[in-house]
Amino acid sequence: MKRNKSLLLSTPYILWMVIFTLVPLGVVLYYALTDVETGAFTVDNMSKLVRYLPAFGRSILYSLISAVICLLIGYPVAYYMTQCSPTTQRFLYMLVMLPMCMSFLLRTLAWVGLLQDTGIINNILEAIGLPRLPLIRTPAAVILGMVYNYLPYMILPLYAIIVKIDPRLIEAAEDLGCNSTKVFSKVILPLSMPGILSGMTMVFVPAVSTFYISNKLGSTETVLIGDIVERLFKQGDNPNMGAALSLLLMVLVFVCTGIINRFGGDEEGAVIV
Amino acid sequence: MEFGGERVLDGINLYFNDKEFLTLLGPSGCGKTTTLRIIGGFLQPTSGKVLFDGKSINDVPPYQRQINTVFQRYALFPHLNVYDNIAFGLKVAKLPKEEIHQRVDEMLGVVGLKGYEHRRIDALSGGQQQRVAIARALVNRPKVLLLDEPLAALDLRLRKDMQNELKRIQQVMGITFVYVTHDQEEALSMSDTVVVMDKGRIQQIGRPEDIYNEPKNAFVADFIGESNILDGVMLADYKVKFFGRTFKCLDAGFAPNEPVDVVIRPEDIDFVPPEEGHLTGTVTSVTFKGLNYDIIVDFKGFKWLIQTTDYQPEGATVGIRLNPEDIHIMHKSEYSGMFGDYSSYSAEYDELTEDAEDEEE
Repeated sequence: MKRNKSLLLSTPYILWMVIFTLVPLGVVLYYALTDVETGAFTVDNMSKLVRYLPAFGRSILYSLISAVICLLIGYPVAYYMTQCSPTTQRFLYMLVMLPMCMSFLLRTLAWVGLLQDTGIINNILEAIGLPRLPLIRTPAAVILGMVYNYLPYMILPLYAIIVKIDPRLIEAAEDLGCNSTKVFSKVILPLSMPGILSGMTMVFVPAVSTFYISNKLGSTETVLIGDIVERLFKQGDNPNMGAALSLLLMVLVFVCTGIINRFGGDEEGAVIV
Repeated sequence: MEFGGERVLDGINLYFNDKEFLTLLGPSGCGKTTTLRIIGGFLQPTSGKVLFDGKSINDVPPYQRQINTVFQRYALFPHLNVYDNIAFGLKVAKLPKEEIHQRVDEMLGVVGLKGYEHRRIDALSGGQQQRVAIARALVNRPKVLLLDEPLAALDLRLRKDMQNELKRIQQVMGITFVYVTHDQEEALSMSDTVVVMDKGRIQQIGRPEDIYNEPKNAFVADFIGESNILDGVMLADYKVKFFGRTFKCLDAGFAPNEPVDVVIRPEDIDFVPPEEGHLTGTVTSVTFKGLNYDIIVDFKGFKWLIQTTDYQPEGATVGIRLNPEDIHIMHKSEYSGMFGDYSSYSAEYDELTEDAEDEEE
């Protein structure tokens, strides 16, 4: 897919995504449980997954860090939005949505342009007499890419939940002795839990399976599970192994959804934006 | 306690006594909820002072006032169960666990919700939620409890039960209750003192009996119960003239020949044979109300409402006698001529006013 960037940057990529998403679980399952050479049934692929444990660990760690950073950045934004007038709220909502209307790849490539060794930031640093910094191909760059790309998925569910909190509950808390800090910790925060959980999932799930961000902004030291799946499929050496990996990822997604349902109950907040 | 306000509230000057059940009564938008919110500290008065035990609490935030509120539609915390809702204020105050437990338990007893500790809030009926809201406020042992139309969301039957319940709780706990309602019956039956408000001003303050029997102006007379309000002239002390006749009354202290509003309560009027009556008129409508008939009688083009158990057919000519104690005289006010004429009477008048005043704010 690196070979044809212009194609990837346009809508067919999105179509490809949709089709990829819609490929039935059964096909993945079939590949995961068959041998790459003979096509015979085997659990070999599954047992060999251990090999990719470091990449799995890295994926989960980076995605969790990204989700937490998104929460720390996104929560104040979402909360601030709910305090604005309805007109301002609509405007801010649109602003948050705006990056999502642009291609994910374009946005990631823009970061490459900013961070690379001869990129904009380093050029500026040099121009003002500072040394160039190794910004790209670091774990931080990968996490930055994740946070940047998935932040709207955190803000929007948070906003949707916080905006529905009855202002009289806040008055009730004040009436019962809460100063503003306690109002927040005892009422607003617990009531935004469904939004926090759904935002965390919506950042974590795509981040954990991402390959493009780490591919563009990372190095061989930051290879994520998505990169490996991609390599196994695209370089054609073992699609069956890739399928097994994907399956494991999917299980991870299901586990996350399970956690959401457990904490969020049947709140409509857990709904995808 | 006193405070004055701007536009929405004008020249409000109120004193709340200890352990008193005081009701702010008035139609929608009369400023009663605003008054309550100022006392609670949720609104800052633009001018004037709120005094509590003689000290100004204008700059004291709500969470530091020894005042708790039962909110309209309760505002219970949906993420907490019954026990944790009631314990909320005590936990914020960081009381020892055993004391919290003991006080919550006691409150559950007072409001009759023992055994409901671990229920979710949304698994409670309106009346039960109401009780939780009251317990949540009272458990903090406030000096003053503010209640903002707490019964508005309940059905009639439950409302009556809760009225008695609230009165009982107030007497048991010995706390000052400041109660906001638009329901005059509720106000009269529960309160020690009723404050009738309209257009951001206090129209009258008094005991329920005084408010009913001695309304200060046409607004109060009309808002509290039903009233026939007529134009009259005070000839001298204890002598009033209306409908071209002079009647004895119990009121004095008016200027000679001062134009006045004359209030006659519909239930104070008794029918007599036409030839014996002070006034005679024609029955234009009869409505059976259960306890009594609402009869509209046309006296010289002015229609009166008469509530009586004494049935009169439509079209009958009837006479009435008015005793001195049936007649109440009021000074003319800005409300004169606005109320007290039943020309446009319809049997639905109760329901109509109910609907119109359903939602405050």
